[in-house]
Amino acid sequence: MKDPAALTFSKVSFTHGGDAPRIRNCSFEVPKGSITAILGPNGAGKTTLLHLALGWLHPATGRISLFGTDLHALTPRLRGKTQSLLPQKEPTGFEYTVLEYVLLGRAPHLKPLAAPGERDIRIATNALSQTTILPLEYQSISRLSGGETQLLLLARSLTQEPKLLLLDEPMNHLDLKHRKEILELLLDWRAEGKTALLTTHDPETAALLADRLILIFPGGGMISGTLAELFTGEHLSELYGLPIRTFAQDGRFFVDY
Amino acid sequence: MSTLTRHRTGLLLTLLSAALVAAAVVALLLGRYPKPGFTNPLALFSDPLAGQIFFRLRLPRVLLSILLGMTLATSGAVFQLIFSNPLVEPGFLGVTQGAAFGAVLAILLFGGSLPAIQLSAALCGLAGLGLAYLLARRIRFGGWILRLILSGLAVSALFTAGIGIFKYAADPLTQLPEITFWLLGGLSHISWGELLWVFPVASIGLALLVMFRWRVNLFTLSDETAFALGTSPERVRLVLILAATLAVAAVISVSGIVLWLGLIVPHLSRRIFGADGRYSVPGSLLIGGGFGLLCDTLARMLLPGEIPLGILSSLLGAILFAVILTRRGFRQ
Repeated sequence: MKDPAALTFSKVSFTHGGDAPRIRNCSFEVPKGSITAILGPNGAGKTTLLHLALGWLHPATGRISLFGTDLHALTPRLRGKTQSLLPQKEPTGFEYTVLEYVLLGRAPHLKPLAAPGERDIRIATNALSQTTILPLEYQSISRLSGGETQLLLLARSLTQEPKLLLLDEPMNHLDLKHRKEILELLLDWRAEGKTALLTTHDPETAALLADRLILIFPGGGMISGTLAELFTGEHLSELYGLPIRTFAQDGRFFVDY
Repeated sequence: MSTLTRHRTGLLLTLLSAALVAAAVVALLLGRYPKPGFTNPLALFSDPLAGQIFFRLRLPRVLLSILLGMTLATSGAVFQLIFSNPLVEPGFLGVTQGAAFGAVLAILLFGGSLPAIQLSAALCGLAGLGLAYLLARRIRFGGWILRLILSGLAVSALFTAGIGIFKYAADPLTQLPEITFWLLGGLSHISWGELLWVFPVASIGLALLVMFRWRVNLFTLSDETAFALGTSPERVRLVLILAATLAVAAVISVSGIVLWLGLIVPHLSRRIFGADGRYSVPGSLLIGGGFGLLCDTLARMLLPGEIPLGILSSLLGAILFAVILTRRGFRQ
């Protein structure tokens, strides 16, 4: 039997109450050990697709499986141990310290009434040092910069020890240094054989991070394939509705528009 | 929090518990019999009336004042976390105004019968929550939290209007003063009878809230994130709201309206223990107990006549709130 992909969508359709289907008959695979980017213009339905992959939204028809098991048949805890979400924005009304906040990632690993112990603190501290914000451990999260906050959310996702990372626009609003840090973390993540699925509206981010692409066209069409197959002027021009050229240099892809 | 500060936090909670017990013992010995001030413990055995007052009046009242403070503060702390809003208080989902409505209705219908007032207050308080919940389900826009907050506001306003109508219709010489006193809150009529049924209900609710003290943090996050962390946000929220509301309805059905305590104490607790519910929820429990005890002891000691509890809790609460807001955090 074939080793199942990390995530499989089979003929998935989704409708926001009453409207025309947002996502129609969508099938793709996210292979293990890949970084797959969902690429498309604003409002094309990228976040909807990510929330379907999370199980937060339910497909009207079709099936989604996570490492070979039906996503909606998983217990919440097992689902939480398997995949994590880095949301686009996270409201923070309370003054948690960085460490307290990152420890929330341990929730699916703990019994319902348990609190994190020494081992959980070690895992969280480790994630903080990977994301370079360990020195901020005892600082209030309300005093972090935008880039530090993104690293904080990533540290929480890593503390969850998932096999599949879901990331909603991970590179948005970041300066070059923080982009580079997140890029390196995700490439290390893939080098460990783990999997990530992310959304982005920016072709450069997709070319930088991903080895596979899912393109969502404004009309609702969708294709998936490797970066080399899909990162062409023709596809990108159709995606954004303006003339775009792409070129490759030293095995990396660039866009010009 | 590092291991060191976690030990310190544990120690602080222990010290606070000890201080609360000590304060309760002192409060038991304070009163206006045989003379205003401190009662000599030996008199409890030599003077039969002093003994009676001590065991049958002061003891249940002191215990209930602590339970009242604990319930309002702990429910407030959990509500603020699960609604991700530091400005909500435990009765905002229609419970407080529902209970007030029930009490006023019973005063009009059954005169001053205490059991009738308490039962009616408890039932209408729960009905208030039920109504707010049903209305929230029917609102067609916004997230679940926003819908609950809006419907809580609407239901509270509805009950407040009802109370206004009752006051307008009440006999100004007999019924109106009683309504006014109930709405201001107080524990002067407390006996073991009330404690016997309020204690089990409130303590079950409190136990649930305290047991979930760490997990409650997850609900300060967005619903998608709480879901991604392996929880069912709507279900757990509902269980915690029910536990908190049951406890609050039970205590305010005997105490009347005591505002501010459930709003202020959680802020104070977070200032001392940090935001993490693991420490700030038990912190609210202990500080709330102490605050309830302090307010009620002042209410019965300060003047020859009783001062309504709600006045003292609002007065002390408002002063405390101003102090908290204008000071920098204790923890920096």
